[in-house]
Amino acid sequence: MESNCDYTKAVFDHFQNPRNMGEIEDADGVGTVGNPSCGDVLKVMLKVDGDKIEDVKFQTFGCAAAIASSSMMTTLVKGKSLGEAKKVTNKDVAAALGQLPPIKVHCSNLAADALQKAIGDL
Amino acid sequence: MATIYLDNAATTKVDKNVAEKVKKVFLDSYANPSSQHSCGKEARKLVETAREEIANFIGANPSEIIFTSGGTESNNLAIRGLAKANPEKKHIITSVIEHPSVLETCKDLEKQGFSVDYIGVNEEGIVEGADVKKKIRKDTLLVSIMHVNNEIGTIQPIEEIGEVCKKKGVYFHSDCVQGFMKLGIDVRKMHVDLLSVSGHKVHAPKGIGFLYVRKGVRVSAVQTGGGQENGLRSGTGNVPGIVGLAAALSVKQEVTRIRKVRDLLVKELLKIPGTRINGSLKKRIWNNVNVSFYGIEGESLMLMLDKEGICVSTGSACASNKLSESYVLKAIKVPELYIHGSLRLTLGEISEKDIKFVVSKINEKVEKLRKISPFKLEMSDGK
Repeated sequence: MESNCDYTKAVFDHFQNPRNMGEIEDADGVGTVGNPSCGDVLKVMLKVDGDKIEDVKFQTFGCAAAIASSSMMTTLVKGKSLGEAKKVTNKDVAAALGQLPPIKVHCSNLAADALQKAIGDL
Repeated sequence: MATIYLDNAATTKVDKNVAEKVKKVFLDSYANPSSQHSCGKEARKLVETAREEIANFIGANPSEIIFTSGGTESNNLAIRGLAKANPEKKHIITSVIEHPSVLETCKDLEKQGFSVDYIGVNEEGIVEGADVKKKIRKDTLLVSIMHVNNEIGTIQPIEEIGEVCKKKGVYFHSDCVQGFMKLGIDVRKMHVDLLSVSGHKVHAPKGIGFLYVRKGVRVSAVQTGGGQENGLRSGTGNVPGIVGLAAALSVKQEVTRIRKVRDLLVKELLKIPGTRINGSLKKRIWNNVNVSFYGIEGESLMLMLDKEGICVSTGSACASNKLSESYVLKAIKVPELYIHGSLRLTLGEISEKDIKFVVSKINEKVEKLRKISPFKLEMSDGK
């Protein structure tokens, strides 16, 4: 039986060296998902220039899978158009990370939800 | 990279002398202890000598020691075996902080028509004897309360609860897996009728343990077969394990030294802002620390420490098979933004120098995770 914490190299890489982590003070859109009582909260901040995502940053309270999927999501959408970003799903993020432990796919892989919420906030 | 192992409540390294004795049994006394030939007799003698040594160690008679595969089996045999042999009484009292092998067994018995009271603990993580007393009814069969909690290391008032049970004529079982060899155990003084012990928590191998069953207590077997262990535990005797468990009785416990290192660890950890110790510091086993950090998640912290060669465990939901937070931390009302950020460090062979390294790494990783987290300490009511 696999442990919940058996992660791929890509997950470990994004967990230990998260990309685009931090805050955008004058963000154009902010999306927060999750609940501290469940152990995962993701906050995504966007800075847009016309149709382009100029900057994206995240803050995450959660396990390695939650942090890695947040980080991976930002790399998928930074510099992209809003149209492209709107198509990004949690499944895409998980696929980009290679694989997540099955039990973590639903609970910790919320980065695209936070992104879509931030886009909705624009 | 050297490993710093701080998960001795999960399991321990087998002691060198124990391992040598076990190895000798593997190679020299391999016969089935139930066999009638001289080789079998030799193995049987090893088993009976071990049984006597273990019985003496806890103030019991050898016939009161039933060898099992470990803590889970001992707890199952104690609770199910007692329930099976005494069908006229259908009420059990236990606590909300018991090990899953007790809690799940009780839940299973509920499905079979038993009623179970799961009594709470105070915020220190201690079961109150008076609360047990209040719940005892005419049809109460058993009270099962652990000696030392496996997560927060709190020591329960076993003698007091044992006395209450004795007066009320109710059987008393204690899961002593975490207290055995760390605290004195005397079955008469504790007034226990049943007591569970596991070998691998005390530098003996995995797969061996025992259940103490006081003489005269009616227990039925839950595993049927060849009728070994007085008919209570069928299955070929684990001779190497049994010899190893008895040999582990001689392993020196470095109580004073480890307690000192542990106290230093607690002191240093509390210097990190937004840190709390979970459970009583006073009524606590001497090698346990359970600490929570505000606004971060324990699995992340555990994995980061693992990358530095530091092995600890966490009560975080994300690291559990059931994805739910520690029910023990919940029972002692650890606040929401602390409950997921818990680490359990249970000390064994460790120097003060290593502990300082561990603290510096924890400090570094907590800071890193707090930078990632949206929950900032300055906005909180954290210390």
